[in-house]
Amino acid sequence: QVSAALKEGRVTPTELCQRCLSLIKSTKFLNAYITIAEETALKQAEASEERYKRGQPLGVLDGIPIAVKDNFNTAGIETTCASNMLRGYISPYNATVVQKLLDQGAVLLGKTNLDEFAMGSGSTDGVFGPVRNPWSYSRQYKEKSVPKSHSEDEECNWVITGGSSGGSAAAVSSFTCFAALGSDTGGSTRNPAAHCGVVGLKPTYGLISRHGLIPLVNSMDVPGILTRCVDDAAVVLGSLAGHDPKDSTTIQDNFKPFELPNLTDVSKLSIGIPKEYHAPGLSSEILALWLKAADLFQKAGAKVAEVSLPHSRYSIVCYHVLCTAEVASNMARFDGLEYGHRSDMNESTESMYAATRREGFNDVVRGRILSGNYFLLKQNYEKYFIKAQKVRRLIADDFMKVFRSGVDVLLTPTTLSDAAPYVEFIKEDNRTRSAQDDVLTQAANMAGLPAINVPAALSERGLPVGLQFIGRSFQEQQLLTVAKWFEKQVQFPMIQLEEVKRHDHGVFQDQKSTSFS
Amino acid sequence: AAARGGGAWRRAWHCGAGGAHGPFPHGQRAGTCNERGRAVPAGKSGLAPWVPVVGLEIHAQISSNSKLFSGSKVQFAAPPNSLVSFFDASLPGTLPVLNRRCVEAAVMTGLALNCSINKKSLFDRKHYFYADLPAGYQITQQRVPIAVNGSLSYSLCIDNKMSQMVTKTVRIKQIQLEQDSGKSLHDDTRSQTLVDLNRAGVGLMEVVMEPDMCCGEEAAAAVRELQLILQTLGSSQAVMAEGQLRVDANVSVHHPGEPYGVRTEVKNINSLRFLAKAVDYEIQRHIEELENGGTILNETRAFDSKLGCTVPMRDKEGKQDYRFMPEPNLPPLILYDAKSLPANMNHQQVINIDWINERLPDLPSVKREKLVEQYGILPEHSFTLLNEDGLAEFFENVVKQTQMKPKKVIGWILQDLLSYLKQHSLSVKESPVNSFLLADLLNLLEKKEVSSTAAKQVLAELWKGEGKTPLEIVKEQKLQLLQDQKELEQICQAVIDGQESEVIMMVLG
Repeated sequence: QVSAALKEGRVTPTELCQRCLSLIKSTKFLNAYITIAEETALKQAEASEERYKRGQPLGVLDGIPIAVKDNFNTAGIETTCASNMLRGYISPYNATVVQKLLDQGAVLLGKTNLDEFAMGSGSTDGVFGPVRNPWSYSRQYKEKSVPKSHSEDEECNWVITGGSSGGSAAAVSSFTCFAALGSDTGGSTRNPAAHCGVVGLKPTYGLISRHGLIPLVNSMDVPGILTRCVDDAAVVLGSLAGHDPKDSTTIQDNFKPFELPNLTDVSKLSIGIPKEYHAPGLSSEILALWLKAADLFQKAGAKVAEVSLPHSRYSIVCYHVLCTAEVASNMARFDGLEYGHRSDMNESTESMYAATRREGFNDVVRGRILSGNYFLLKQNYEKYFIKAQKVRRLIADDFMKVFRSGVDVLLTPTTLSDAAPYVEFIKEDNRTRSAQDDVLTQAANMAGLPAINVPAALSERGLPVGLQFIGRSFQEQQLLTVAKWFEKQVQFPMIQLEEVKRHDHGVFQDQKSTSFS
Repeated sequence: AAARGGGAWRRAWHCGAGGAHGPFPHGQRAGTCNERGRAVPAGKSGLAPWVPVVGLEIHAQISSNSKLFSGSKVQFAAPPNSLVSFFDASLPGTLPVLNRRCVEAAVMTGLALNCSINKKSLFDRKHYFYADLPAGYQITQQRVPIAVNGSLSYSLCIDNKMSQMVTKTVRIKQIQLEQDSGKSLHDDTRSQTLVDLNRAGVGLMEVVMEPDMCCGEEAAAAVRELQLILQTLGSSQAVMAEGQLRVDANVSVHHPGEPYGVRTEVKNINSLRFLAKAVDYEIQRHIEELENGGTILNETRAFDSKLGCTVPMRDKEGKQDYRFMPEPNLPPLILYDAKSLPANMNHQQVINIDWINERLPDLPSVKREKLVEQYGILPEHSFTLLNEDGLAEFFENVVKQTQMKPKKVIGWILQDLLSYLKQHSLSVKESPVNSFLLADLLNLLEKKEVSSTAAKQVLAELWKGEGKTPLEIVKEQKLQLLQDQKELEQICQAVIDGQESEVIMMVLG
């Protein structure tokens, strides 16, 4: 819709960019952005404006303000991974996905906050502080949550965004940008999307280039897409997907961008309900919502059947081994020599390494490096790493079997519950939290499958709750088509951001301008 | 080594190929072993003999325009850090992209070394922290390398006599593709280390030889043959002085029938002479240590070429756990042969082993055989011809352009040309006398226009490189043989006429 407005000249890219920038400033308390690239964004907007004036926009994304998680390399703009290790690091190159967005004329507003090196599920463990969920300041949430005392309620009651792409989810949710890139290794795009009430797509592994994404787990990382609606996700996917000679794990086949049809008939669809996703800790309201959604499909004529993914319950422990092992390896390059933080310690190269890494990484990163190296030790390799790889294969095989049996798409909850207040969330350590929060999203990464969070309803506390659809490999079109149908049925309510209104002039409260496709 | 005289250690060992050029001069060489490399007791003390066991790991830099996983150029002696891509400096978010040329070079080398080529091979990460290893790990092929189970035949002469050559075989365990590291330059006075990443990420083939050798000379001969093969294939320039071929030697000694002894590894040897010396030194050291009741530590050592001995390497102390892990950013490397080649595959995208095999050039051993067969020269001469870069070609060119028999030409090549070049440390390419000039000269000789003595004189003149042809020199210096009967008669008459009294004396008797 915004794209149409741009085309018709109702709004110019520069106006749009400026509005977003001022909104970013007025919602600074959300801590969604680490770096705001005001100058370059305005330049990009100007260039876009020129193209519209000549009647030659580059495509649907031309002039659309976007944000990028701060673990994607952006030439000339700081890339920190929310870590002291890379504070002040300016990359000389653009990640392929960033380059592709810029080539389409998108306007890059800034870099969004995350857990340090994307290790976490709350967006609370970055060196720049936690991200606040915009819904904490929504009328919907405020009405439902009972303030204990007037002065402290805001400080105590704000809820987390989920993570690790919490900054991107908050940025999209608070209208400061129209789409944002996240990354998804165990649920890092879908989890914050669910908590922030936005669409979060993790495409099939190998469909989108990882070149320039600072890795967490190379064999599971996928650039994620956060938007306000499924159609927008399809547009962004179309501009990002396809082989990249710089990433040997992208598939060679040509990718054809698609437009999503409006499904009217779901009777040919087969929806699988994996019983293992009825996991311990699943809140009763999410369970109810899940069942309601299944009913919705059934009533519309789709075939809905319970299926089993017996090995899914091992995915978290298996992930713990594979993730930490790759982390230990990937983090080895941060030694203070070529780039990033370097300690003043100069007694020997080794002492410099040790001090650099102690000062540069937080406890979470160091903990994962430590356990990863333990798993990779010669005497442990068979027992942990090889075994975890085998379990991973079993998990992937479960999905294969279910899809081979005729199921088109799996329907599951995305999270166990709605977003926790920050003060509650930090009572548990990062490892425990990650293990709990990734439990419903992680298996799709093990199998490399595409999965999407679609906002479904508000919880009793007035916070967003999402459901997840998991599709077959490289069948994004089918997955998104189903998601779009569901999106239309549930009519998820708009966030009513009083706080934003107070800080701004309510530019984006107009529902028409919230999506761009 | 001179200090290690007499005593028990002497009884130890001897290779088939010992001799005056052995590493321990002045008769300090120990016992003897037969041609198969088995130890034979020297007798003196009657104790069981020692059997030295030598295995090699050879790193050959692949000759390619760009590095193994990045587009940076490969070039020796470029300004520091001028050939470094983002990937080579391991900037966060960069990914490896395999260089096709490097894979082809490894396949060629594998085929030339009689290996079976793995149609599916894998890459692994080997972790260790070092200043010139920017990623903190090296990408290598630990689990499934590109080529396995090969062999290399090499020859060496017994007692340094060219006429007594033996051929031996060493098994090739595997060839793996891997990245080279950068270079650390330690400035001790200012106590700093400078890092040059030009070499970081250059493609290497690590050739692992089984412990089938038993002395320095064998090791050196095997590496020399490998070097010739690599150079013939063009898969590596294999210039040791430029670090394109580096050798790690694993050495141990044991008594026959007993398990192998504890081994030491001498790292980064960069000349054949040093290799022979380092291996022999290490063998002697092991024997001496063990005979004196000591033990050998499983350690890494370096060869000090000035002192002529090996010393423990300080920075590699302690056993390292490399924490190997599959490289997740590179899919398995799949190779095809004519049978498995999918019909609809883009040929730019695939590597066909059979195609490469059909295009392999003649290997040194075949070339030598052909030289012997075609020109009737001695086998040992064929070795000398191939040992000097370009010499065989030179020889063949001369043969083509002259009527002289190859058997005679070879003498001129090996005795005159080669010794001159050696004296002046010139390569064949740098020779002031090219094959045309030498052929011209030999033709004059063959047509009996000059004597063999005169021909040597002409050659001496030719070395000056003044651009004169042999014929010009002959004329200038009047070195031609007289073939005109009358002229000869006239000269004789003139001589007779000029010596009247002597002639009369002779006539009178």
